[in-house]
Amino acid sequence: MRKGVMRPGHVQIRVLDLDEAVKHYVELIGLIETGRDNQGRVYLKGWTEVDKYSVILREADEPGMDFMGFKCVDEATLDTLAADVRELGIEVKEIPAGDLPDCGRRMQFVAPTGHTFELYATKEQTGKWGISDVNPEAWPRGLKGMKATRFDHCLLYGDDLEGNLKLFETLGFGLAEQVLDPEGNKAALFLTASMKEHDIAFIKHEEKNKFHHASFYLDTWEDVLRAADLITMTNTSLDIGPTRHGLTHGQTIYFFDPSGNRSEVFCGGSYFYPDHKTITWKVEELGKAIFYHTRELNERFLTALT
Amino acid sequence: MANQNTCQIAVTNRQQVFKVPKGELLLMAMEKVNQHAIRVGCRGGGCGLCKVKVLQGDYQTKRMSKAHISEEEAALGFALACRLTPLSDLELESDHFQLKKQQIQQAI
Ligand code: FES
Ligand SMILES: [Fe+2]
Repeated sequence: MRKGVMRPGHVQIRVLDLDEAVKHYVELIGLIETGRDNQGRVYLKGWTEVDKYSVILREADEPGMDFMGFKCVDEATLDTLAADVRELGIEVKEIPAGDLPDCGRRMQFVAPTGHTFELYATKEQTGKWGISDVNPEAWPRGLKGMKATRFDHCLLYGDDLEGNLKLFETLGFGLAEQVLDPEGNKAALFLTASMKEHDIAFIKHEEKNKFHHASFYLDTWEDVLRAADLITMTNTSLDIGPTRHGLTHGQTIYFFDPSGNRSEVFCGGSYFYPDHKTITWKVEELGKAIFYHTRELNERFLTALT
Repeated sequence: MANQNTCQIAVTNRQQVFKVPKGELLLMAMEKVNQHAIRVGCRGGGCGLCKVKVLQGDYQTKRMSKAHISEEEAALGFALACRLTPLSDLELESDHFQLKKQQIQQAI
C-alpha cells in the first residue's frame, strides 16, 4: 500500500474449453459466476470479494495467463504510478474505461519477465456475495465445492527477476521472502502490497511469460483437506498436497484445471509489515522451501507451466 | 493376438511396452497401470510435458495447446498423450517436450 496499490484485483486465464473451465472454477473451486461478455468471456469472484469479479476466463488455443491486474486506491494514483513505470523505460498503455465491463481505465505494461500487468482503481462493487453489509451473517448458504473465499495471488515463471523486483518496488511492493543462489542471485521473489506474505510471486525460469498458478484462499486446514477430498471425488488432476510450503508457511494443495493451468487453494501463512526484514531461503534448500514436509521438489513443480 | 479391450503401447525411445484399456486417454491410462514411459505434467493439454510422436497406429485427440502442438506438428503425428485416445495398438516416441527456443533467444 506504500504507493497506493491495494490488492490483486483480477487475473485473465486462457482455457481450451470454456464449459469445462467454468465447471472447474465454479463447481469445484466454488467461485461465483457474475457475468459474461459479448466475446464469450466469463467473469467470476470469490464470495468474500466486494468487487464484481476477480477471475476472467477466455477460451483460446493456448492456455496460460493473459494479464493480472492490481487495484489501486484512487484514479490519481494510476497516473502517478504510470509515470513511475515509464521512468523505468517500460511502455505503459492506457486502456479506456469499459474495455473490461464495469471496470475503469487500466494502465497496462509488460514486466521484464514478459508478463502483462495492469493497474486500475475503479470497478463496480456488488459487495460480498450472499450476505448483507448491514448485520451480515457469518457466511452465505449455497456455496459450492471448495467454497474459495477470494482470489489471492499468482505465481509466475520468468527470466528477469532483478528487473521485476525493481518494477514492483517502484509500485510500492515489499519483498517479503526471496530465494537466493550461492552467488546471491535471486531465484524467487515473494512480493506484497499488503500485510499478506505475497500478492504476487516469481520463480526464475529460462522462458518468459509463463504461468505457474492462480491461488484462492480458504479459511482453515480442514478446508484444505476437504478440497483434497473433492479433487479425488471429481477425478481432478492432482499436482501435490495437501502439504505446507516453507516459503510463506501457507498450507496448500495444487491441482490443475481441465486445460492444464495449475490452481492452488491454501490457508494460513505469515504476514508482512513494511518494517519486516526480507526472509531468505537458500536455493540449496529449495525442496524444503517449496514443500516443507517431503523436503523435495516434484519435477512437475518446476516444469509443468502454461 | 490383440485383445479387443486393450491397446498395446510401445514406447520405442524408452524400450517399454504396456497395455491400456481401449477408449481411455493414454497418459492417465498409463498412470493407472503404473507405467512411467511418458512424462506426466498437467494432464490437461496445457504444459506439453507429455508430448509424443506417434510412429504407427490410429488415435484421436482432444484440443491441445497450440504452444506445444502446431497444426503442422499434429499432421506429422505429434500429440499430447493426456489428450490422445488410442484407437489401435500404437508405436510412439516420448520425451518430445522442449522449452520454447524463440522465447529463450529473446530472453538472452
Ligand atoms: S501432461 Fe501437460 S500437456 Fe499433457
Ligand atoms: Fe501460491
